[in-house]
Amino acid sequence: MRFRHAKLLLLVALGLSLLVSLGADRIDAYVLFVLYNIGIYIILAVSLNLINGYTGQFSLGHAGFMAVGGYTAAVITNQFGALNPFASGALFFGALLAGGLLAAVAGLLVGLPTLRLKGDYLAIVTLGFGEIIRVIFQNMDRVGGARGLSVMHGYTNFFWTFGMAAVTVYVVTALVHSTYGRGFIAVRDDEIAAEAMGINTTKYKVTAFVVGAFFAGIAGGLYAHSTQFLTPGGFNFMQSIAIVVMVILGGMGNTPGVILAAILLTLLPEGLRWMAGVEHLPGIAKMHPLGWIGDTRMIIYSLLLIVLMLTRPQGLFIWRRKFRNAPP
Amino acid sequence: MFNFEQVDVWQRVIEFLQQLINGLALGSILALIALGYTMVYGILRFINFAHGDIFMLGAFAGFYLAPKIAAVLPTPSIWAGLAVMGISMMICAAIGVVIERFAYRPLRRSPKLAVLITAIGVSLFLEYTGQLVFGAAPKKFPDLIPVYPLTQFGGLSINSNQVLVLGVTLLLLLALKFITLKTKIGTAMRALSFNPEAAALMGINTDFVISFTFALGSALAAAAGILYAISYPAIDPLMGILPGLKAFVAAVLGGIGNLPGAALGGLIIGVTETLVSGYISSTYRDAIAFGVLILILLIKPSGLLGKKEVEKV
Repeated sequence: MRFRHAKLLLLVALGLSLLVSLGADRIDAYVLFVLYNIGIYIILAVSLNLINGYTGQFSLGHAGFMAVGGYTAAVITNQFGALNPFASGALFFGALLAGGLLAAVAGLLVGLPTLRLKGDYLAIVTLGFGEIIRVIFQNMDRVGGARGLSVMHGYTNFFWTFGMAAVTVYVVTALVHSTYGRGFIAVRDDEIAAEAMGINTTKYKVTAFVVGAFFAGIAGGLYAHSTQFLTPGGFNFMQSIAIVVMVILGGMGNTPGVILAAILLTLLPEGLRWMAGVEHLPGIAKMHPLGWIGDTRMIIYSLLLIVLMLTRPQGLFIWRRKFRNAPP
Repeated sequence: MFNFEQVDVWQRVIEFLQQLINGLALGSILALIALGYTMVYGILRFINFAHGDIFMLGAFAGFYLAPKIAAVLPTPSIWAGLAVMGISMMICAAIGVVIERFAYRPLRRSPKLAVLITAIGVSLFLEYTGQLVFGAAPKKFPDLIPVYPLTQFGGLSINSNQVLVLGVTLLLLLALKFITLKTKIGTAMRALSFNPEAAALMGINTDFVISFTFALGSALAAAAGILYAISYPAIDPLMGILPGLKAFVAAVLGGIGNLPGAALGGLIIGVTETLVSGYISSTYRDAIAFGVLILILLIKPSGLLGKKEVEKV
């Protein structure tokens, strides 16, 4: 089987991220920030892939779960002052876990009532839930409301980001490829047939939502301690859409493709920014031969999206037909 | 003491009526946008995410047309307003047709998700291009139409704008009803929404009908954009996102694919939102539409006026 060495790979990934993390002070702060974003988006995209790709439930509210996790973790770590590295690590881990668990509860609350719905209706209701979560944070004075919340400690580092990303990939892959997990794919492929075969489709759908939301919450915690500033506006539905786009470009239910898409789509705006010379002085950007890209990079992004969908609607990284040699 | 209470009740009634009228004005704008969503969904079964941005383009078309019209017609006048609205509707109808032709038509046989993502791409494209071309800062919409206060009776203030918004919406709804029920193209649209294959076999030019549907929906969105800009005169390239989402919710609420349902849904969302922001909290207003939607879908997933679809294996 393809995943025989999965646990070994997970350990290697954890070790590698720890190793890089120890030498992280040699890396440029901007590069490091972009790398963290890559890790965070890998977690988000892979966890959404469990819901959208493997279980076939089109969810547009992932940013809402991310917000729950981010705010929870930030509120927890903000209670404490400066700590020694070991204690802060333990605290951060606990905060991430708490954020993930609360997001999972939110996922359960969203999942239970809405999973009777299908397709477009489900999409719009999850979008609605995401927006409601955002508006609730906007009205919570305890976390700064619309003004935003400063996160005091920048605990996010290479180890946590990529360690968590590795754990996410491992859990989602192991879950889907377990005997239990075949149910997710059965629900996606034909819900009625799956139900007729005795699969509890509601349970599978809710499980997918809860697990997906848990990891989205963890990603939110990492995001909070990387940018160190949270605003409800940062978790609007454009954020959810950015994650959905990663899943679709990577190919629904194709974890390696989704990881690649997450990396590429995080790098793309940064790359366009770099090409335009925006990272330097604003005056130079004007004289830079590619300076126009600075103004138009989001337009380029949207055009790329349209062109990709027109030319490869099945996703960028699906090479072979999907179900030809599905594992038993 | 007794008198005091009476005044209090009277004022509450007036206040409620005021909120109701404000809500109806907002709701009729949402209804116009919702019709475009529901028409496209009825025929192609996909959410045209870019529809809210057509609404934005309608408002901006009005913004740039107003000075040109002012050179010909006396401006603030009702004729200038109607001229601007008419031309803006034509421009947006053309844009809608172009978008359908180049972004959606090639994907006619693709999975629904691909079309949805393309629609999101088109939406982003319109928003960011708008930010580049029009500038990201809000602009003040010119005074196209003179505003008269109609009544100040007992604190109830209604101005001509609110009546105009309601009146224009009603006229457009009647025109739409006439088009869909009495004309040949309208019959073709309805046939297509019943069964595209059978409609094509009956000799209906489906591509043309779909283009026409997009033109019609986009024109209504443009009209909504102008009416919105007259009522809330600060316009910016991202103004279409939230009204677009709420109008979509309105379409689902009324039963997607159902034209009277979309109009009804728009009014309900508009009134509910205004009442909630008037009585409970204005900061929660953006969540109201979605709260209503979730409730409705849990109780009656096919929407208020939608038909229940039986699932077949």
